[in-house]
Amino acid sequence: MTIAWSQFTPGAALAGGLLIGLAAALFVLLNGRIAGISGVLGGLLRPQRRDIAWRVAFIGGLIAAPWLYRLFAALPLPQIEAGTGMLVAAGLLVGMGTRYGAGCTSGHGVCGLSRLSPRSLVATLAFMGAGFATVFVVRHLLGA
Amino acid sequence: MLVVLAAGLAGLVFGLGLIVSGMANPAKVLGFLDLGGAWDPSLALVMAGAIAVGLLAFRLAGPRSLSWLGEEMRMPKARDIDRRLVLGSLAFGIGWGLAGFCPGPGLVALGMGEGKALIFVGAMLAGMGLFELVERARGR
Repeated sequence: MTIAWSQFTPGAALAGGLLIGLAAALFVLLNGRIAGISGVLGGLLRPQRRDIAWRVAFIGGLIAAPWLYRLFAALPLPQIEAGTGMLVAAGLLVGMGTRYGAGCTSGHGVCGLSRLSPRSLVATLAFMGAGFATVFVVRHLLGA
Repeated sequence: MLVVLAAGLAGLVFGLGLIVSGMANPAKVLGFLDLGGAWDPSLALVMAGAIAVGLLAFRLAGPRSLSWLGEEMRMPKARDIDRRLVLGSLAFGIGWGLAGFCPGPGLVALGMGEGKALIFVGAMLAGMGLFELVERARGR
């Protein structure tokens, strides 16, 4: 393993992390809920009347964030290497996996670990481990 | 009404954090997941920053029975570490490693008008819908 020092952005990473933490803090302290994105979104597929508005507002806030960012700075454009087939497979796995696993990077990784939940620690180790293994297979064994 | 505004604010701040941190860029995420190549450790600091604030927030929230806006505290009750949790999380991790998108960044990239993010989010919603269909068929 070599460290890609030229890609390393500690200041931005830490600042962005603090913002993500702040969002999770606002959500639990104001609304009493876990800022788990797969859960907030997935709950819309089993809609309950009192739940729909805040779920839509949260997802809307996420989608609107680039628009707000653009008012203050040039938006960094995402680099997406995956092709259509890969994106479809990835989306299906992420959608099903996060619902069966009851959480994603935000719900288990940020909120669960902040709550010191053993269940979230196991989930986080599982998806991180699978992520590391998948990239190793795709990039270094299959050479894609 | 305030609850809905607060949810929108939380989503907005969350999305800004994803953009600022680099998490909304799949190439950056894959650079972190690529331990066998030139490894970019940045995302470890994203988690560290988020959890530092989270630890404080959940410690404040823990003893409360109502939120600041008077909502019932809805903390997860599940404690069991079972096959669903582990297999689901493994499947999620594989999907994450394939494209470099997890749910939040997929939605933020959609907001940037990325066509590829639309494909990912569409497939993710289909995956979530499939889960609902299977669960309903099993009577859960």
